[in-house]
This record gives sequence, structure tokens and C-alpha cells, in this order.
Amino acid sequence: MKAHSMVMLRRNFKHIARNPTTVFNAVLMPVVMLFMFVYMFGDAFSVGVDYVDYATPGLILLAVCYGLGSVATSVNSDMTKGVINRFKVMDISRGAVLTGHVIASVLTNLLAIAALVGVALLLGFDPSASVLDWLGLLGIVALLGVALAWFTVALGLAAKTPETAGMAAVPLVMLPFFSSAIVPAETMGPGLREFAQYQPFTPIIETLRGLLGGSPAGSDVIVAIAWCAGIAVLGYVWASATFTKRA
Amino acid sequence: MVVRMTNSAITASGLRKAFGDKVVLDGIDLEVGEGSIFSLLGPNGSGKTTTVNVLSTLTKADGGTVRVAGHDVATDARAVRAAIGVTGQFAAVDELLTGRENLQLMVDLNRRIHAGDGKRIVTELLERFDLVESAGKPASTYSGGMRRKLDLAMTLVGDPRIIFLDEPTTGLDPRSRRTMWSIIRDLVAGGVTVFLTTQYLEEADQLADRVAVLDQGHLVAQGTPDELKRQIAGTHVRLRFTTAAELDAAARLFPESTRDDEALTLRVPSDGGTASLRAVLDRLDEYSLGAEEFSVHRPDLDDVFLALTGRTTEVAAK
Repeated sequence: MKAHSMVMLRRNFKHIARNPTTVFNAVLMPVVMLFMFVYMFGDAFSVGVDYVDYATPGLILLAVCYGLGSVATSVNSDMTKGVINRFKVMDISRGAVLTGHVIASVLTNLLAIAALVGVALLLGFDPSASVLDWLGLLGIVALLGVALAWFTVALGLAAKTPETAGMAAVPLVMLPFFSSAIVPAETMGPGLREFAQYQPFTPIIETLRGLLGGSPAGSDVIVAIAWCAGIAVLGYVWASATFTKRA
Repeated sequence: MVVRMTNSAITASGLRKAFGDKVVLDGIDLEVGEGSIFSLLGPNGSGKTTTVNVLSTLTKADGGTVRVAGHDVATDARAVRAAIGVTGQFAAVDELLTGRENLQLMVDLNRRIHAGDGKRIVTELLERFDLVESAGKPASTYSGGMRRKLDLAMTLVGDPRIIFLDEPTTGLDPRSRRTMWSIIRDLVAGGVTVFLTTQYLEEADQLADRVAVLDQGHLVAQGTPDELKRQIAGTHVRLRFTTAAELDAAARLFPESTRDDEALTLRVPSDGGTASLRAVLDRLDEYSLGAEEFSVHRPDLDDVFLALTGRTTEVAAK
């Protein structure tokens, strides 16, 4: 089972190597956003701390989301092309092809986040996280990556064409903007403020912010982990059901 | 031809499948002997692909039993999958990977291949299918014929003993079609059982030990290609005349012919070779008769269908 997932992961890597623009985008866009928000808008926002320190955790989440569009598209084109029929009549673990997509997505996320944090440090980002906090951050990011990847795989499977699959993932990319990623939720207008406060990405971002600031709030961490676990289970169950139906 | 029916590679009885209220397979019984080529012949929409999908575990039947390589497809799909290879109607290759990478992927996914043998298997298949030169290019750049060859090569990784080929030559040019035929013959020479669907009578005739004709989910005929062909008119020459008088005169010259007074045509049995054609023309010349139109007609699926069901394939497809 694990071995087949690894074979499929290798296949995903080869696809990426043949068509690197998607990963290039996934890595580059968050960095561009970082420049944009820190240099262009940063002075206009009053968040109580250095803006780069405020924005980097939010952009980490944005980096995870940004990579998802291409995951939905590539899962869907796998289903609509004949190669999946070959996999289905072979004596291989059925979910391996999906697991391959999920792992590739998480690794792309980690790469994008490494680039983002690297550039943020050059721009004066000054985290006060301990080694343990960094490990915690890595854990949350990986959990979030796995959860959103399974959810996106399900979106990709449910869509009829690769194009609609790409569109289905757009809300995931937009959602971070309506959270505390860029500006604190309290500064937003009524309605939007409540939405931003209670949507799943806000506690996740606050957890990342807490970890990077060296003082994570326990309540945020628990809510964040619960959301991630919930999304992961939902995505996995939905993806498995859709995969079986299409198979 | 001796049909080796001592052991059955595939048996199906009472196979039924409907999609919604559309019945696609309505009680199919068939048996395929080990090491033989079985051809399922039928027009578009007759249920060929559904049959292959059910036999190869891709689709669940609504009723009936299927055993492939001794295993029940419903209860032991994994064991069936381990024994078969399937090449569908549309090439199931990974377009972004090269030919070699596609084959390597199959090797990596096969539980029974030892790690050390992988390279050798890939190289042998590339050579056997004449794909060495394009082995390093992505499959998306391959021609239709090359793609089919790569597809079949991928199916053969791990030496499956039973192979399903769904319309393996549809859309191929005549040369690629002949190449595919010789590959299929080689497979069977090596003891492999082949289940093949086709729209071409000629293909079934060339390859198959047994043929079954599928029409709207029913098997309307089953037998050797020769048995099947005996039920239909063989190759013949068709002559069309301008007047009934000419048709009368010509009909007297060829006593074994059949005439159609309405169309003013005469059907003269012939093997289609130059000698027999010349004999027909010489005989017409001898009596100073000239046909307005002259054509050689080979029996095809249409003729089989007309003979077996009284309908043309176009009507059957509706």
C-alpha cells in the first residue's frame, strides 16, 4: 500500500518536473504577496506590531491554499483520462493514486512556505519562536496541508472537467482574505467581522501567529487542530466515496 | 482449427447489465478456452465495451456469474486483476510521462516483478514494440499507432495470462493494424488467452478461434469464423447494367450468380483475385456485354448483421 503510494508520488513529481509552472506559481505567488502587502500596504495597516511579523503567519496559510488549484485540476484530469482505468484493473491499492496527489501537494506547500519564510526573514521578519514552537508550526502546517489536500482532491473528483475543478478550488484561495491573515478581524465591518472571526482559517492563523511569536494560546491551538482534523476527515471520506463512484 | 477447450480461461453465464432503464447486456453466455483468441463482434452500442468492463472487474454486473482465470469477478476481483491485462478502447497511457517511464510505472506497480528484473522487462518491451527510438519522448507526442503499441506493451508488463483488447485497431491505419494483428498472434503463440472486441469481420476472421456476434445485448451467433461466414454471402463481384435485357443475358452467362431486377445488378461469386476477375470480364467481352459498374464486394460486419438479424448495423446502433 505504502509502496504504491510512493510510486504514484514519483509519478506526480515527474508531472511537476514536465510542467513546473504550477509549482513555480505556488512558490512565487506567496512571495509576491509578501512584497505587496509589506511594502505597498503595510504602512497603511495599523496592527500594533511590525507588519511583516503580523502578515507572515497569514501568508503561510495563503501559501498552503495557493497550491491547491493545480491539485484539483490534476486529480480531475487523472480521472477524465484513460490512465485511471488502467490503474483500476490492476492489482494495486485503490487509493494510491489519490495519496500520491496529497503527498505531492503537502511537499509543494512546505517548499512554498520555506521560500516565504526565507524571504520574510530578509525583509526583517523577527519571530521569537523556540525550536519547539517551530516544530509545532511544522506540525500544524503539515496537518492543514493534508486536510486541505484531501478536501481539494474531493473537489477535483466531484468536478466534471479539469476547468471546473480549478474553479471549485478558487474559494479556498479567497477564504484567507476574509480571515485575520492580512488585517485583524476586529478592524473589519460588521458581518464580515463575525465571518472572519468564526471561519476555520482564523484560529489556524492565530495559532501560527502565536507559535511564531513564542506564546501560542491553548484555545486557538485546540480549535485549529479540531478544524484541521474535521476538514481532513470530511475530505478523505468525500474523496473516497466519489472515487469509488467514479470507479 | 482445433479449439482447446479443455480449460476455460473465461466463462460467463446469464450476464446482465442495465444502466438506468437501458438494458445493455441481456443474458450473455460465453466460454473462452485457454490459449485461444475469442472475438466479440458487434456494431457501436451493441454492448462490447460493457462486456469487457464486466469481465475485467471494472463494472459490476446486475446478474449472472463470471469466472476469469478460475476466480469469481464479483467476490475475488483482486485475484482476477492479478491475472489479467486490459487494453481499453482509448489508450490508457500517462501523456506527461515518456514511453519508458510509462512502462517503468507498470513495473513499479506490479507486485510480482522482482526489483532487479524491471529494467530488462522495460527494455525488452520497448524493443518488441519497436518503440526504442521514441522511448525518451512524452507519450503526448506519439502517433495513434504508437500510443496503442505503448498501451499494449504496458498491459503486457508482468506477463498476464489473459488479455482483454477492446477494439485494438479502431482508428488505426492499415499498416498499424497489421502490426497489431501480428503482435496479437505472437501473444497467443506464447499461450496467452486473448478476448478481443472488434467492429471488423475481417479482423475476427484473421485472428479469432471463435467469434460471437453481439446485437443489442444478445449474442445472436457464436462459432468459428468459417461457420459464421457460411451463413453469409462470400466475396463476390457486383455488376450493374443499364437495361433489363443486358441483365438477362449476363445472368445466363453466370449460372451461379444471383440477380436483383430492381437495381439491375448481378452478384457473381468470386475470390476477388485478378485471375477470377479477368475470367468474369473475359466472359462478358466474349458476348459483347458491358456492365455500367463493376465492384468487388467483401463481406463485412454489415453483411453478417443483415444475414443474422435482418437489420443493418446502422439500424442496430439506434
